[in-house]
Order: sequence, then structure tokens, then C-alpha cells
Amino acid sequence: MFARGIKRKCFDGEEDIEGTLAGFKAIPSYNLKRQSLLDMSLIKLQLCHMLVEPNLCRSVLIANTARQIQEEMTQDGTWQVINAQNTGQASLDQLASSDILCRSTKEQSDGKLIPSYSSFSKDFEDIQSQDIISDLSTVTSVQASRNPQGNVWEMENSPENRGNFQKSLDQIFGTLENKNPNSVEDLFSDVDNSYYDLDTVLTGTMSNTKMGHCDVLESFSSQTTTNSNINELDHIILHF
Amino acid sequence: MGEDADTRKINHSFLRDHSYVTEGNTPVVLPHPPAQGVSACPDALGRYYLLDAEWVDSTFFWSLNRSSPKNFTPYLALVENMEGESIFEVDSEDGVGADIISTVEFNHTGELLATGDKGGRVVIFQREPESKNEPHSQGEYNVYSTFQSHEPEFDYLKSLEIEEKINKIKWLPQQNAAHSLLSTNDKTIKLWKVTERDKRPEGYNLKDEEGKLKDLSTVTSLQVPVLKPMDLMVEVSPRRIFANGHTYHINSISVNSDCETYMSADDLRINLWHLAITDRSFNIVDIKPANMEDLTEVITASEFHPHHCNLFVYSSSKGSLRLCDMRASALCDKHSKLFEEPEDPSNRSFFSEIISSVSDVKFSHSGRFMLTRDYLTVKVWDLNMETKPIETYQVHDYLRSKLCSLYENDCIFDKFECAWNGSDSVIMTGAYNNFFRMFDRNTKRDVTLEASRESSKPRAILKPRRVCVGGKRRKDDISVDSLDFTKKILHTAWHPAENIIAIAATNNLYIFQDKVNSEMH
Repeated sequence: MFARGIKRKCFDGEEDIEGTLAGFKAIPSYNLKRQSLLDMSLIKLQLCHMLVEPNLCRSVLIANTARQIQEEMTQDGTWQVINAQNTGQASLDQLASSDILCRSTKEQSDGKLIPSYSSFSKDFEDIQSQDIISDLSTVTSVQASRNPQGNVWEMENSPENRGNFQKSLDQIFGTLENKNPNSVEDLFSDVDNSYYDLDTVLTGTMSNTKMGHCDVLESFSSQTTTNSNINELDHIILHF
Repeated sequence: MGEDADTRKINHSFLRDHSYVTEGNTPVVLPHPPAQGVSACPDALGRYYLLDAEWVDSTFFWSLNRSSPKNFTPYLALVENMEGESIFEVDSEDGVGADIISTVEFNHTGELLATGDKGGRVVIFQREPESKNEPHSQGEYNVYSTFQSHEPEFDYLKSLEIEEKINKIKWLPQQNAAHSLLSTNDKTIKLWKVTERDKRPEGYNLKDEEGKLKDLSTVTSLQVPVLKPMDLMVEVSPRRIFANGHTYHINSISVNSDCETYMSADDLRINLWHLAITDRSFNIVDIKPANMEDLTEVITASEFHPHHCNLFVYSSSKGSLRLCDMRASALCDKHSKLFEEPEDPSNRSFFSEIISSVSDVKFSHSGRFMLTRDYLTVKVWDLNMETKPIETYQVHDYLRSKLCSLYENDCIFDKFECAWNGSDSVIMTGAYNNFFRMFDRNTKRDVTLEASRESSKPRAILKPRRVCVGGKRRKDDISVDSLDFTKKILHTAWHPAENIIAIAATNNLYIFQDKVNSEMH
């Protein structure tokens, strides 16, 4: 329980954690179970394509499960809004971005984590597209809309990286159908960049040459994949 | 091919002489066990109910031997039992990963049975014709041919290895003396032609028996080459390779009733091919969203209608079935009928969607019904009713409370197949612990049987098994907690006309037949 509160919040002070605990006392086991399930789902998504091409059906089912949990948590109000710079809306994408923001401060070298969240949010459709990105641009530039939220986004989200994100998202689902020649170039440029990022992000875990896969599915949120939180995750899961 | 010929020879003597050969042993004649009493009684109309009959392990299960990839040996050893009789005992050696059987399929007459494995090999079994001289042979299946269908490939663009595992095999209806089948891995479909050669020409003028050119000075007279019988040789050759049609992993192939076209389905698209044309295919279903991040549903299985060449069905990971009519439009994204059962709110959980994902869909032989398998149930759908299935059978409902553990160990994603019997009266599907289940649609009775070495000696009758869920426990019951989830029966097949079933349990193939009631009633 405690670990959950700590893990989720990056910026908040003590009062938020206490508030969370109060909410937990009502039905601790259900929330814990749900959280563990979410943790498990996210880990599965990340690890599922470490070695081989991911099973698309399995990935989609796990992603849907994780999304379902997140939506329920949002409705419950147990999904905490962390970002102080938030405009105040409680919409899904805002929550998402704040989590990503939270995470991005810890993993500065990996810009891919940030946009990857957007893959599971349906609210990103209306976000303005970037010229650099091809028709897949609806995926967005969550980054673009988040510009006012801080420099953290900017430095991670060079146009090239955004292109990378798109391609990495696509690669998660195994497609390389790029009709746009620019995107093909992005694709190849991806390969070079990803190597570095993969190494830095996935230290301590098995990895392969497929960069995008792991990144995209990290998604969702509070469940970080950094090594520093692995212990906490284990702690949670064991409780379950 | 020489190896195959040798194998075939051994198998012939296997049954003809009613003796069994193991490596290095001299042939031994086994006493045939007396026929077991029949527990089945005909009803007032003289019909036998299938589930009353006794399923007999009528042949030996074959384990693919990794060390001789082109060959395989029966995992049986001749030993002496306590009474001093020579009996067969199964070898306890376990197979390796590449030998895991990944698909099983009877051909349209049931004479041939094809299996594909994870190592890309296909093994075809042929049923020995029942001869009056050896009534005990009972038309058992023996190896007919083995060949390497697919090899591992490397996709350099994506830096991914393409598995050689055979996902599906489908037989083409036989149109001449040769047999043809389609086999597919994740990306490429191949058409194989299986032919027999039992004669060869002898007496050439210009070359000798070994094929070397003769010295013309030695040729003094002309002769006409004649066809002489030779040992039967089975040759398999690739006739077509349908490549580059799929970006995602192929999960199904289905031959159309027009015998000219077939379809292949991957996670997001279904393509229609002509059997004679390999360089192009038509895309008939595409559910890939414009934005891949919006992807929430994938195609899990698809099949052509057995009689109507314009109809096909595909199932999704959300538990829906879509019947499509190719006459309606070129791209069948809009279904003609959508079969979906509303979710039961009382059973709702975070796993509801996952367990509703349809892993297999099969039309009945009549074409009137469809059979679907999701994680916990098999359902029969009437094509005329889209709102809900007409029958639902629980395969292993005792797992419902264990879904979280099964999610954790990934078992919840296991894709079980299902099968109809020839008369569409019984349906069969696999489960865990090497159990498989049969449901009689008429009597509403069901049975659980086990495919394992320990419990099935050759010609032994299978004993029904039970899984107990706490409460009263009978002898020989298995408790839910002691089920072995690594032993899963994903692939099963039923002979199109007779009560013969093929069960793939990891790397072992079991063939069971109903000894008494071989004919379908």
C-alpha cells in the first residue's frame, strides 16, 4: 500500500500520500489486486517482445486489460493527478501526461517513454499533428500539446524522436508499411538511435535489437519500469 | 526420399507380420489382447451413443525424434512384464521443443493425417487398409511421408526471425492420384504435392541401371523400356509458394469449396489467393486501424463455409464472429452478420475480454452451425441466429476462479482448437493436464479423457477422468490444484467419417478410435 502511493507520486508531498491511504482503507484488497494486475500487465507488455516478435493478439489483450483497469481507476478517483502544472482538467490525457512527466524526470535519456503513453489514450485524436510525422500523426504529438508544461518535454521530443515514436508504435504491432518515404528514413534513423536508448533504458534486462517494441508498451502510467522501482513492483505483486 | 522409403518399409512389416520392430531388436510376435466388453448399448432405434462407447488407443503414439530430423521412431520399448509376457512399454524420454506438434489435420477421406511441428516439419500418416487376414490391424495409421516444409528465415528489415513453426495445414480435395496440402508458418504458405511412385522404367537403351551412359559399342540390340514394380516411394514436392502476402502472423488458412481459391488470415487482414497464382492475392478483410494505437481487436481465426463459396467467417479477440459475403463487395470489412453474445454482467471481471477471445471457429459439416472455442467454453452457433449461441458447453469452468494465476503464467492466452465429428453430433476440444473433452449435443452428456503415456497402453481402453473441485472426491479424481498446465492439448482433429480422433499432446500424437462403433451413427 505504501509503496503504491510513493511510486505513483513524484512531485506531491506527504499530504497526498496520506490521503491516498485513507482511501485505501475502504477496500484495500480490491485496489491492491487491481493495482497488481495493472503492474503485471505493464510488465508483460514490456517483456513480451524482448526476444522475438510479439504476439499481436496477446499484446492487444493485455493492453486492453490495462486500459480497462486504468479507466476504472480513473472513475474511482484513485488515479491521482500529480502534475501541479496541470490546467485542472481531469481528462485521461491530462492524467497520462502528468504521469509521463513524472517518469520523464527519472529517465531523461529516454524520450520514447513519453509519447508511448499516448498509444493507449483515446483522447489524443484531436491533438494537432506535426508535419514531420506522416499520416500517423494523430498518434501524436502528445508532446506538442504538452509544450507549455515544461521543458522536459521539449528536450526529449525532437522532431526526429517524434518520428521515432510513430515508427516504434507501429513496430510494436509488427508493421513496416510506410508509404511515406520520409517515414522510411525515420525508420532507419530510428534503428541507430534506439540502440543507445535501449541500452540505457533496459539495463539489467534482456534486450534485443528491436527498439520500439519495449518502449511503446511501457505506456500507461504509474508503473515505471526503471530498476529502482522493480523492487516496489515485486513488493506489490507479492501482496497479491 | 530413401529414408522415407525405408521408414515405410519398416512400417509395412510392422503390421503385416503382426510384429513390432524396435531398434536393434528382433521381431517379436505379441499376443493380441482379447477384445474388451462393450459397454455401449443401442437405443430403441438401434443407435449407439458415442459417449457410451469405449475409446481405444488403437495405435502407437509417435514422438518426433530430433536426432534424426527426417525420420522418427516410435517411442516404445519391448519389455517383459510381471507375468512374463512381452509387452510394450513407453519410453519415458521427453521430446524437445522443435518436436512440439503445432497442427493436426485429417484429409477429406480420412485416409491421411498430417501433423506439423514447431521445427517446420510435416509428417503424414496413412491409414492401413483393413485386411481380412489381420482383423486386428483395424486400419491403423502409419507414417506415409515426412518432409521439411518451412525453414527458419530472417527478416533483415525488421531484424526478426520468422519462425518455421507450422501454424496450420489444410488438405485440398483430391482431384487426381496425387494428394495436395497447404502448410503455413507465420508468413508464407506453401502448396505441397504428395505423389506415389511404385513403378520405374527399366531397360533403357542408352543408360544402364545406375543411370550411367552405356558404351554404345556394347549395344547390339534395341529394347523397349518396361515399367517394373518397385518399392513404394512417396515423393513430396513444393508446387507453389505464396509469400509476402502478410505483414502480421498468419493464424488460419481455409480452402474454398470452389477448390480454386483459399484464404489466409493474419491478425489484421485476410487475403484471398488463387491456388495457381502466387504473385498476388486479394485483400478481403482489413481491420487495421489508420492509427495503430487505436488497435483493440485482432482477427483470431477464419474459415470458408463448407458449401457456399462466397461465405466465410472470422472471429475476433473480443469474442465476436463476423460472417461475410464476398458477393457484397470486394473488401468485406462490413460483415453480413455479426454473432456476438452479450456479456454476462454477473461474471464480469478484468479478464472477461481475454476469456471471451475466440481461439478457433469451425463450420459444421452441414454448414448450418459454427463451433467456437474461447478460454472456458465451446459454443455452437446457428447461422440464422446472431444474438447468442444455441448451445454453450463448459470445458473447464473450475478455472474461472483461477484466472488471475492463469493470466500471470500466460496460460490464459492459450489457443485451444475445437472439432466436430462427422455427423455434427459430438464436439471435442482440448484442455489442460492432457485432458480432452467431448460433448454429445443430442444427449447433453460429456466426457473427459486423458491422452498420456502412463494411462494408455496400446489397445487399452481410455478411462473417463474427472476433475474435482473440492467437496466429495472420488478415487482417481484429479484436484484442480494438481492439474499440470504445461500439458495442454491445443490441437485435435476428428476423422471426417469415422470415430477416429487425433490428439496432439505437446510432442506426442495420439490416435484413438472407437473400437466397436467404427462407423458413424
